[in-house]
Amino acid sequence: MPETKMRTISYAQAINEALHEEMERDEKVFLMGEDVALSAISPATAGLGERFGHERVRNTPISELGFTGAAVGAAMAGYRPVLDMRRIDFMMLAIDPIANQAAKLRYMLGGQVSVPLVVRAPEGGGSQNGPTHSQCLEAWFIQVPGLRVIVPSDPADAKGLLKSAIREDNPVLFVEYRALYSLEGPVPDGDHTEPIGKAAVKREGADITLIGIGSQARNCLEAAELLAGEGVDAEVVDPRTINPLDIEGLAASVRKTGFCLIAEEGHKSGGVGAEIAASIQEAAFGALEAPIARVAALDVPVPVHTKLEAIVLPSTEKIVAAANNLLS
Amino acid sequence: MPELTYVEALNEALHEEMARDEKVFLMGEDVAFDYFGVCSGLADRFGRDRVRDTPICELGFTGAGVGAAMAGFRPIVDLRFMDFTTYALDPIVNQAAKLRYMLGGQLSVPMVARIPSGAGLQYGATHGQSLEAWFMQVPGLKVLYPSCAPDAKGLLKTAVRDDNPVMFIEHRLLYAQKTKQAVPEGDHTTPIGVADVKRAGADATIVGIGYQMGHCLEAAEALAGEGIECEVIDPRSLSPLDVETITASVRKTSRCVIVEEGHLRSGVGAEISAAIQEAVFEYLDAPIGRVAALMAPIPVQTKLEKFVLPSTEKVIAAVRKTLGVSA
Amino acid sequence: MARATSRLTRKRMHEMYRAMLRIRRFEETADDFYMAGKVVGGVHVSIGQEACSAGVCAALREDDAVLTTHRGHGHSIAKGTRLPEMLAELMGKVTGLCRSKGGSMHIADVSKGHYGAHSIVGANMPMAAGIGLAYQLEGKGQVAVVFFGDGASNNGAFHEAMNLCAIWKLPVVFFCENNQYAVSVPAEYSTSVDDISVRSKGYDAPGLTVDGMDVAAVYEASQEAVAHARRGLGPSLIEAKTYRFFGHSRGDPHYGMYRTKEEWEGWKERDPLIVCEKMLKMTAKQKKAHAEAVEAEIKEAIEFAENSPEPEESVALEDIFA
Repeated sequence: MPETKMRTISYAQAINEALHEEMERDEKVFLMGEDVALSAISPATAGLGERFGHERVRNTPISELGFTGAAVGAAMAGYRPVLDMRRIDFMMLAIDPIANQAAKLRYMLGGQVSVPLVVRAPEGGGSQNGPTHSQCLEAWFIQVPGLRVIVPSDPADAKGLLKSAIREDNPVLFVEYRALYSLEGPVPDGDHTEPIGKAAVKREGADITLIGIGSQARNCLEAAELLAGEGVDAEVVDPRTINPLDIEGLAASVRKTGFCLIAEEGHKSGGVGAEIAASIQEAAFGALEAPIARVAALDVPVPVHTKLEAIVLPSTEKIVAAANNLLS
Repeated sequence: MPELTYVEALNEALHEEMARDEKVFLMGEDVAFDYFGVCSGLADRFGRDRVRDTPICELGFTGAGVGAAMAGFRPIVDLRFMDFTTYALDPIVNQAAKLRYMLGGQLSVPMVARIPSGAGLQYGATHGQSLEAWFMQVPGLKVLYPSCAPDAKGLLKTAVRDDNPVMFIEHRLLYAQKTKQAVPEGDHTTPIGVADVKRAGADATIVGIGYQMGHCLEAAEALAGEGIECEVIDPRSLSPLDVETITASVRKTSRCVIVEEGHLRSGVGAEISAAIQEAVFEYLDAPIGRVAALMAPIPVQTKLEKFVLPSTEKVIAAVRKTLGVSA
Repeated sequence: MARATSRLTRKRMHEMYRAMLRIRRFEETADDFYMAGKVVGGVHVSIGQEACSAGVCAALREDDAVLTTHRGHGHSIAKGTRLPEMLAELMGKVTGLCRSKGGSMHIADVSKGHYGAHSIVGANMPMAAGIGLAYQLEGKGQVAVVFFGDGASNNGAFHEAMNLCAIWKLPVVFFCENNQYAVSVPAEYSTSVDDISVRSKGYDAPGLTVDGMDVAAVYEASQEAVAHARRGLGPSLIEAKTYRFFGHSRGDPHYGMYRTKEEWEGWKERDPLIVCEKMLKMTAKQKKAHAEAVEAEIKEAIEFAENSPEPEESVALEDIFA
């Protein structure tokens, strides 16, 4: 097999390339959202307006309910809209079209329609934007049957999974971690896609399984590096898709290591880690040597002040400390 | 003690709190006309200013509730169907829950959102969801879900007096129950954040949420006939969650099943399961089981709806599984 | 708004009368079946509002779209939705349009351009904007009509969708059936304007209020609005003043709870079927011909639905993903 050529690009560039390639490939794909036609607004969408014109890269009013519902309609009528939600926090104004319409229409209409819609939802803290511009709400959408939820943690997955999401015939919530936009990594050349619904082992290890969601997969890799210095051989697994969740992929690692820690940026109570912990103890109960630990945002709103924000959000250091606590 | 239905208990709580504090008012679609009996007699007694019909605009009137609460009133907004809160999540999640924090404690938002939920009436995918798990991940919200008449009255009165936004979840099939239960006389309140042991037992713990408590108690009764004694616990308050009462029971029984009506993945049971194994891992003799709605939207057709939703039979099967016994 | 583009013929009037009678008889059947315990889930019948369904849909092409509400049987039928499969859906049969999973509130027949009844008030309007957007991009001159009630005109979704359609000049007709009540709440209390059509002014779009009991008036207004949309000029808002002769659902009576008997009787005198019969000076023979034809269709629908099987449990886990 010839070796795949790799290039190093950023997470945001990877998203940008996926959008360019998919819009080029399929003229039914169009992008819609506030300020998307302005290249300077985001590296993830830069250049698209110039390349494809403002009909296919369509600025919207600040009208999340309106344009999200419109995207559902356009998807039912044969298009493949990609929405740019700017921040997942703003999606609070657009949950009806996503959770009640897009996710359920195929079912309620007995298979008469499909809704091939991608909602790109940038999210996360770490830039002092406060309680209403820093939330991580992906856990909600695990509970909505009919939705796919994708949480890429590096450029290769961002590109490969976004391309798969756009080709998927079902509504997809595609979460982008703002903290990762500048992260660089290798991405295969050519038409690179990744399968939806499959976890990936990002680092192999034998002593403990670190499951990281999005931005925290990155912190888990850093934590694994630090733990290695202390003689702990950590495996890092990234679910990549959380609806559906590849429970077998995660449990397989836990069966090997006997210890499990889940890290996410959302609030702990009712977070992604809750579902993963509950599922893993169901699937690999006998293999567990210790309780499954969760590292997440504290259960308070995300404050603006840098120091306070750091106290609330998860970090590499918190993951290392929790892993050591688990293994002690 | 007087005996009341679930609806009568809620109704009494509203009457008493509105009579006690003139800052309390109620608003929502059709609250004056009152389809379900919960608001019975309120409009006649307190007038249309305090029992206020709204247009069909959940975002608008819920946001207005937040504003009135900030300005010193204690609004109760009636959202009619939990599914309709999908229109009102910004004022709940981004505003009510966070304002006190964002404003450094300068104000509070004493608003109660009454949220009837639940399937079982063939209303389909968008008129029967149980979305309470969503609110558990929002710091700043309290989430209550009474399963019986005394808790319904006591918790609603406490919620109205609480200085924070409270999601008060009710269930349509509990509205339909005609059986009456004893409710303590007088100014009966129930504390927030305290679970209640509804039935004592030593063999397995069943944690039941809201309407599913009925299935849990029926299952416990049936299993008792086979010599399996279940302890049945009602968290009553999902946020804050009284993990201590639940884990005290699991320390004793070593086995646990959590039952809810919401969809399985990332439901209330996920958080409770994760929290239990964190706290009492070494006591567990079997994986914590979960009974919840299957991962399909709720279908209209009666037989299909039954297939998707939890039931007494499913609870019994889950308890047997955790005990490793067959039927 | 420009004047009507096509003349209303007697033939067209008879077709609309037939459609109204078909709706009336289907709704009566649905209500009878509901009372007999044969219907799964709720039913919201549109008896009294038939002229809106028939008048609008007569102005549409087969490849145009409609989206409707929880009270959507009439619009569905007028757009050509198959009666047997529709009744089967109400009765929880697997042969139903939505394989028994959507029920009365989600009737859809996409093959006939019917993109669904949508039970969440307001939700259908942004979706109609999106279907309009798809039609604009396709350039085949298709139009989407979205039906909604007076209650939904107070919802943010209406205003956001109107604005989107106006700025993008989308081929969408907003058709508001003002039946005077959102469940129990009167429009005169809940709505800031007497004529909901004036809200179009906020979006620089044409608006017109018509007599919703007069199918000819509805048809002519719809013709204009549809032509406006087809010409690429954007949305219009039509408000039809109408009335439901039944309660919101079977949970409330025809009158006596929040509507007076006098009010109800006043509207009953303007029953859209009677108004149409008078306009056509319909003979007894003509009436009988219409009635017999419709009766045959209803009978066929009942036979099909009654004889259809219930779904297997596995159907509950199908059609979640494409």
